[in-house]
Amino acid sequence: MISPYLESILIFAGINIILALGNFFPFSAGLPSLGQAGFMAVGAYISGVLTLKFSFPFFLSLLAGGGAALFVGILVGLPVLRVRGIYIVLVTWAFGEAIRVILLNIEYVGGSGGMGGIYPSTTLPLVYLIALIVAIFSMRLRNSRLGRAFQALEADQDAAESMGIDLTKTKMTAFSFGAFVCGIGGALYAHYALYVEPSNFSFSLSSEILFFSIIGGGGVFVGPIVGAIIFTFLPEVFRFLKDWRVIFFGIVLIGMMILRPQGIISRDFYNRCSNFLRSFLLRKGLIEQVDDH
Amino acid sequence: MLVQQLINGFALGCTYSLLALGYTLIFGVLKILNIAHGDVFMVGAVIAANLILFARANFLFALIGSMIGTMIVGILVERLTIRPLKSEGRPLLPLPPLITTLGAVWVLEELVIKIVGAQVQPFPSLYQEMNFNFGPFAVSLSQLIIIGVSFFLMFCLHLVVAKTKWGKGMRAVAENAKTACLLGINVNGTILITFAVASALAGAAGLLVGLSYRAFSPFMGVEIGLKGFAVILFGGMGNIWGAMVGGLILGMVEILSVGYLASSFRDAFAFGLMILILLLKPAGLFGSR
Repeated sequence: MISPYLESILIFAGINIILALGNFFPFSAGLPSLGQAGFMAVGAYISGVLTLKFSFPFFLSLLAGGGAALFVGILVGLPVLRVRGIYIVLVTWAFGEAIRVILLNIEYVGGSGGMGGIYPSTTLPLVYLIALIVAIFSMRLRNSRLGRAFQALEADQDAAESMGIDLTKTKMTAFSFGAFVCGIGGALYAHYALYVEPSNFSFSLSSEILFFSIIGGGGVFVGPIVGAIIFTFLPEVFRFLKDWRVIFFGIVLIGMMILRPQGIISRDFYNRCSNFLRSFLLRKGLIEQVDDH
Repeated sequence: MLVQQLINGFALGCTYSLLALGYTLIFGVLKILNIAHGDVFMVGAVIAANLILFARANFLFALIGSMIGTMIVGILVERLTIRPLKSEGRPLLPLPPLITTLGAVWVLEELVIKIVGAQVQPFPSLYQEMNFNFGPFAVSLSQLIIIGVSFFLMFCLHLVVAKTKWGKGMRAVAENAKTACLLGINVNGTILITFAVASALAGAAGLLVGLSYRAFSPFMGVEIGLKGFAVILFGGMGNIWGAMVGGLILGMVEILSVGYLASSFRDAFAFGLMILILLLKPAGLFGSR
């Protein structure tokens, strides 16, 4: 058995991986969001209310939390579709803060006092099962029609449109799916922390989620996962950093952007690794040559 | 009652205008958003409060001290987080500076927490508060000071931008940085001056907001900083007059919402306004695009 301390770090790492991937979908389509904590809050509160006050089964409440976040994601997606570049960051930021203020004013879920007594349903295997599902989905998405549409959008929106990519549909898919995943992440968080309050889902959480993609690399799905793991484990490894954690990460963020803007895992690096792995497995006869279109 | 609310909103709006002017100056010249600007403003409030508490500063000394302090912080932000991004001759994209200044937000906020603590602290009072009655409504001394100082600084800014060589440089770089460079304008120097001016305005806003809220905390930068964004979106990005008018309108809308709706929804108005303006007129109310 692992110690409770290690278990809690592992669970937070897993939730962070899910959130990182939830941010990665819009990020990889050129829609950097500073409001993912808002979707997380929607997922956390909806699922918490459903299990606590309506005694829903946990799995159903997870899906409902994700679904509610998806719905809100579509609503937020409408203004996001109309704007470009930095304006996207501003809309999502405003939305994230708006959600927080709205939650502060809903007495039914405790207002600023928060909502406690949520059942401890989140377990380590479950978190990693969901993280694995989302990660495999991201991997399969990469070379699919939709995934390539995301990459085209990120590279050049006008060129992508002239190539026949439906901007509205693609952006909406990226954004609302990211919201869905963050909503599930929030639901898992609520059922592990057992207590949620609006200030949990502040601007700094949204910027941390964006941080995962920047530090790990926003070009390929492995990047945000690596970013989330580093962000969770580094302070535990360097205990002496504990008090200076935020300043340290701030400096890392600035330095990373200046020296290696593509993040730790760049697209090139990922391609080289996967090509190497494939040729290695081919040589060993473990897989067969398949035609990549 | 309505007139009284409008006066209160006008005074609050002046501080928003000062803050938003900084954002809009930087956006106009560099075409980037400096997220750390809200925290530069917060540093201004902290410096002013500490000058008053520990150096027994009077109003003028506190104002000048906080403006110089934030000027230095603003220049550091530019040198450390924005200048390195464009050293290699590549064009400055909008997203990377957004992220590096976000890093600056983390660093500034945490440093201030380390120095003065994370709690909300009362802003020291500078003078005996009094009210001047004009018939049925009243104006407090703080409000007069806020309105007076804000308008004085805005007038100074107008003079700098419209009449001086620095201002000419700013407008030239805002128009087209490359051409300005070819014409012999020191672009990096101009950007530095822009940051210094914008940050000094934020420092003054820090003192004034401290006086009107009577409190300061390390987190006020992010909270009020977002309102600055709402203002420049409302008034049109990079538009100086838009920032002034937008700030006044946001201040009045907020106070009216407190007076006639629920006070706890006050902060939601800035965000609602922001989303609404992006939906209806993304170029801003006074935007020409």
